[in-house]
Order: sequence, then C-alpha cells, then structure tokens
Amino acid sequence: MATATDGVGTVQAEQSKVWEWLTTVDHKKIGTMYGITGFTYFLISGLTALAIRTQLAVPNGNVLSAELYNQFFTMHALMMIFLAIMPMGASFFNYFIPLQIGARDVAFPRLNALSYWVFLSGSLILFSSFFLGGAPDAGWFAYAPLTDAKYSVGSGLDFYCVGLIILGLSSLMASLNFAVTILNMRAPGMTMMRLPVYMWMTLVVSFLLILSLPIVTVALVMLYFDRNFTTNFFTPETGGDPILWQHLFWLFGHPEVYVLILPSMGIVSEVIPVFSRKPLFGYAAIVFAGASIGVLGFGVWAHHMFTTGLGTVPALVFSATTMGIGVPTGVKIFNWLSTMYGGSIRFTTSMYFAVAFIAMFTIGGISGVMHASPAVDSQHQDTYFVVAHIHYVLFGGAIMGIFSGIFYWWPKMTGRFLSEISGKWSFWVMFAGMNLTFFPMHFLGVSGMPRRIYTYDEGFGWDDWNMVATIGSYLIGVSILIFLINVFRTMRQPATAPDNPWDAPTLEWATSSPPPEHDFDVVPEVHSSMPLWTNREMGIVTPEAPEGLHIHLPPSSYMPLILAIGVGLIGVGLLSHLALVGIGVAISTYGVWGWSIEPTD
Amino acid sequence: MSAATHETEHHTSLGVDNRKLLMWIFLASECLFFGSLLSTYLIFKGESLSGPGTDIFAFEITSISTFVLLMSSLSMVLAVYGAQHGQLGLMKLMLLCTILLGLVFLGFQVYEFKTFASEGLTLSTNQFGASFYILTGFHGCHVGVGVLYLSSLLISSVRRNGIGKETPLYIDIGGLYWHFVDIVWIVLFTVVYLIPAY
Ligand SMILES: [Cu+2]
Repeated sequence: MATATDGVGTVQAEQSKVWEWLTTVDHKKIGTMYGITGFTYFLISGLTALAIRTQLAVPNGNVLSAELYNQFFTMHALMMIFLAIMPMGASFFNYFIPLQIGARDVAFPRLNALSYWVFLSGSLILFSSFFLGGAPDAGWFAYAPLTDAKYSVGSGLDFYCVGLIILGLSSLMASLNFAVTILNMRAPGMTMMRLPVYMWMTLVVSFLLILSLPIVTVALVMLYFDRNFTTNFFTPETGGDPILWQHLFWLFGHPEVYVLILPSMGIVSEVIPVFSRKPLFGYAAIVFAGASIGVLGFGVWAHHMFTTGLGTVPALVFSATTMGIGVPTGVKIFNWLSTMYGGSIRFTTSMYFAVAFIAMFTIGGISGVMHASPAVDSQHQDTYFVVAHIHYVLFGGAIMGIFSGIFYWWPKMTGRFLSEISGKWSFWVMFAGMNLTFFPMHFLGVSGMPRRIYTYDEGFGWDDWNMVATIGSYLIGVSILIFLINVFRTMRQPATAPDNPWDAPTLEWATSSPPPEHDFDVVPEVHSSMPLWTNREMGIVTPEAPEGLHIHLPPSSYMPLILAIGVGLIGVGLLSHLALVGIGVAISTYGVWGWSIEPTD
Repeated sequence: MSAATHETEHHTSLGVDNRKLLMWIFLASECLFFGSLLSTYLIFKGESLSGPGTDIFAFEITSISTFVLLMSSLSMVLAVYGAQHGQLGLMKLMLLCTILLGLVFLGFQVYEFKTFASEGLTLSTNQFGASFYILTGFHGCHVGVGVLYLSSLLISSVRRNGIGKETPLYIDIGGLYWHFVDIVWIVLFTVVYLIPAY
C-alpha cells in the first residue's frame, strides 16, 4: 500500500467516485456510460471489419481462417447493431429525453440504471464467446437449420441466444422507461405536437422495440430449446420449420432496421434547422412520416424472404408495402431539403455529417426500393449488392447521423467544443472512405460476388473493386483515429461553451453546459415547438432560480447493479452449469427485494 | 391545501400514474409475446409426425382449472375494490384468495404436464408437444410471477412501512397484470383446448 502513506483521502475519493458511477441513477451519467460502452464496441467491431476487408483485399487471402472469418462477420453485425449503434442511440436518448422535454430525470431512474447494467452484462456474455470456444458464426440472422446443434457444434449459437435475450430484456426496460417519460413527464405547455422531432423519433423507436423484441425473444427461446432441450422447432427432418425462424426473426429484424435509423433521422431533424437558421419545414409531416414508418415497418418483413417461395400473392403484397414505406421516407428527405432551401446555412462539422446523412441514406434507400421488387431481389439475394445497401443505410445513415449528433451535442454534454478543423478532416476522410468501401460493393454484387465467402479465386473480375473497398475501409479507420485524437485534445481544453452556442431552439440549450445534476433550476414553460426561438430578444426564457433553491433528486442505489449481476449469472448459468442459474435467481431475488423496500425519497 | 400538494406531487402529462402507464405498455409487449407463441402452436397444429396429438387433453380437468383461474379474477376485482374503498380487510382477504387460486391453477398445470409426460408426450415427441409445452409453460410462468407479485403486495400491505397511502394504486396495477394473464389463458383455452374438441 504505497499510496496509503501519501494520501488515504485521495484513494477514498477515487473509490467514492467509482461507487458514485456504479450506483448512479442520473440519466446524464447513465447516458455517458452507454455512450462510452457503445463507442468502445464500435471500435472493436470496426476492427473485425478491418480484418474482414484485409482478408478480402486480394484473391485467396489467408489472413483469417474460414472459421474465424465466419465468427468475425457474424460478430461484426451483432456488435454494430446491438452493442454499438443501439447503445449509442440509447446514450443520446438517456441524456436528452429529460432535457428536451423539460423534466428532471426519466420516469424510472433506477430502472434506467438497471437497463444499462443488464445491457453491460448481456454484452459481455455475447462478447466473451470469442474466448470461450468460439463466437456465433451463422450470421446475425442465424438461419435455421444451420443453427441446429447438429450443424453448429460449438456453443457459439448458445451465446447468441442467451446474449440477445438479455440484451433484449435491457432494451425492453429502457424503451418502456423512455416511452413513459416522453408521454408523461413533459414540461407544462409541451404538447405532443410541440415535442422536438428527435423526441418523436425516440418515442417511435421505443414502441418499435416494445412490440418487436418479444417476437424475437420467443424465437431465441425456441432456438435455445432446440439446441439444448431436444425440441425440433426449426429442424426440418423431424417436422420443424426453418422458415418459421425467418418469419419470427424478420418480424423483429425489419423494425430493428428502423430502430437503428430513426434516431439518426431525429438527430438530423434537430441539426438541419439549427444550422439553416430556419424552422423545420413541415413539422407535422415529418412527425407523421416517422410514425407511419414505425407502423408500416411491421408489415414488410417478408421482403427478406422472397426467395423462400412465399407464393405470388404474398410476394406482391410485401413488395407493395415495401415500396409504400419509401413514401414517408421520401417525405422526410424533402422536408430536410426544404428546410435548407433559402436558409442561411452554417457549415459546421455537425451540419456536414447531417447533409451527408441525407445523401448517403438516399442512396441506401433507393437500393432498398430496388429490393422491394421480388424479381430484382432474387437476383441480388446473398450478393454484395445487399451488403452495399445495408452499409449505405447503416453507415451512411445511422453512423453519419450519430456523428452529427456527437458534434452537435458535445458542447452541451462536456462544456467543450470539438475542434471544427479536425472534425472536418475526419468528416472528409470518413466520407471518402465509406464511399470507396461500399460503392464498389454494388458492382461486386451485380457481377455475382456472394456475401459471406471467406475468400475468392482470381479471374472473376472481383480483384480490383475488392482492393478499392479495402483501401476505403482503412480510410474509415483513419477518420475514426482523427476523431479520437480530436476528443482527447478537446477534453484537455478548458470548458468554455455557453448555454446555447448554436442558437438552437430546443430546451436542452436553456440550461448550463454541461447541465447541473437537476437539469433545470426552474422547469421552463413551453409555448411553441421552438421555445428558445419564440422570444428571441429575451434570450433564454427560463426564469431566474429562486432564492434557496432546493431540488429533490432520487437517491443513488446499488440494487440495479445487484439485479443485473443476478441476471448476468442466470445467463452464464444457461451457458455452463444450471447451478449458477440458481445462484443468479437468488441474487436477483435479493435485488428485487432490496429494490422494493429501499426508500426512494 | 393538502389536495393541491397531492396533485402537484403526482402531476403527469397524460393524467395517468407513470407506473400504471408502464404496466399498460408492458402488457402490449406481452401480447406480442403470447401472439408469437400461439402462432407457432397453430402453425405446427396437425403437423405431428408421431406420438399423441390433441386427443390427449383431459377436457374436464382443464375446464375446472380454467374455472379456478376465472374465479381468481373475480377475487382480484374484489381486492381492487377493497383497496379503493378503504376496506383493507376485504382487500387482504381477496388478495390471499387470488394467490391461493393461482396456486391451485399451477397445481393443475403441474398435474397435467406430469400426466401428459407419462402418456408419452414430451418436448421432443413431436411439434405439438414442443409448441404446447412452451406455450402453456410460459403462461404458467406468468401465473407464477403473478403469484409472487401479489404475495409481495400482500406482505407489504401488512407491513407497517409498506406501500401505505399508495396501496390502491399498487393493487390496481397488480390487478392489471393478473387480469391480463387470465385473459391470455381464456384465449389459450379456447384455441388450444376448446376448438379441437368440436
Ligand atoms: Cu427489411
């Protein structure tokens, strides 16, 4: 104990700092933890993608074995979707729901902490599969009967089932919390049609998850039973139905796509009006378009299954609904463009990413509408064209939107500005890199290169574009490095950001940067959908804090952590020894009991 | 004056308590959960390659257990009535009744599963067995959770530092869950047991 002599006090301060974060129920701290965890998995998952591109750079590559390649592309998707994009979305949700609707916290602060800790334990279970006998290797959609115990011998697919069920539980709790908060905790005067568009998209995403997660949970439970308890739900030889898996999976999987993209649409809808100095064009249209995307999103799932032999009528119906969902998406794109039209645009890094989002997402959207035609789709099925499509939607769309949000909200969250010069460098390198990586995949797909092959022979005409794609992916890596350097340098600068540096209209800018623990000294009263622009000559409209301000905040609690450890142990037990399940249940029970009797005020 | 502070304390945008709203939305999620399980059961119906099918049902026994569960909904209604009208004695008695009826239902289910297993219907026998057990098994789990949930409400309404003045709200929310689980059973009973019988 060398430190004991020079300062027990500092050690204790350090410890209490850690304890403070472990037991926090503050939505801003939880949002920060979601963000850091999500970005870490984003980096790890990006590295798996780089390994994949390195393997495919030249014909007959031998960087990765076939087994490892399968694990890498499967885990790349699983980590990007469930451990990177969703938690980064949840990070902004956590941080900005109360701030944008004018509340002091989410409706259930402890449930919020529980969502994070359960997410962390589920993510660790899924990720640890790499080191415990092999990660899942059947694609993120895990088509039966490949996932049957007979064909997937290791325990990778069990990690898949258990990990995703736990992550789903976490998302369900978080979504319930967010939905209740937005519906029920709005500041006085904040009607539903005065909510920031970002809040509307958050609400739609929450309901998408609430209604789609139970479906995939059922599918995952059945898969787990097939692999461990001798049922035959998905094994065709014994009367099972592999197509049932596809139905259940895509009934969740397609809404999940909107879960990933709608938050970024919301971010862009905040950023573009601010940097165009103009109110959002067609607020109601964009809100209803978002809501109808959410509703229609449940009626298009079988477009992933055109080649399974659905029959003519179902193929036509799902083709029509899929094309139909392009309409509200188009409405949004026109609204964003019309917002910029005639505005006095400030080209900040955040705005760069937002505009790039519109362009890139449109490309991905158009190739998506192409797949709505069963005839075209059956040609594109399982080729690199589909890979190009989803990456234009998820990288060009979701990730670009998240970066736009990071640059936009960074001053609010930290009190510091990210460097604009460095930011624009990272933008241009990323923009060039992503187009170099993913645009050639259209050509590769059309010339017949299948997805998920770990190597290819020379002489197919695929060599050049694969090399280009690999160079592009390294450029993306460089852009992320530039961004990380930007972050570390920024965090050593003094905090100079004012309350509302961008002159934005929404409530999160009406409090200090970073916000105080209680968010608002006085909860503001709202009279329009752009509260800080309605009375601009008065500046920020929140009244002065009264004398002797005392705001009651919920006390911190370690019960969420205990409960999450219990849930995690149940998961570990399902993958190893059932005795651990018993211990997990016991710990969870203690957590629930402690939770229900501990004082909350 | 006290009414005013009471109102500001519980002010919500929709006028519904947060916890109650949470339960309503959660039950919407549960609908999709049981919907998926029931669809699976229906897809595999009649697809059995071997072993016992729906003729294994002992219709009378399940009718009795269904009646028991229906009666538990009645006692739950009375418990909520008691909580909301300050008749705490009635509330506690009826909560206890609901819990016991739930336990009786679970007993019937254990008996049914055991009988079916001894007649040769297991998870791996055929698709009917697998989808039947997983569907009704998950419903049984929900009844079990409900029994624990209502028991904890009963215990905390007895304890001095329990749920106190919020008792009516908590019992009301617990009732929502319990009635939902009952309604699910009515649907399952109709689709799984009743329709094949005719
Ligand atoms: Cu889809």
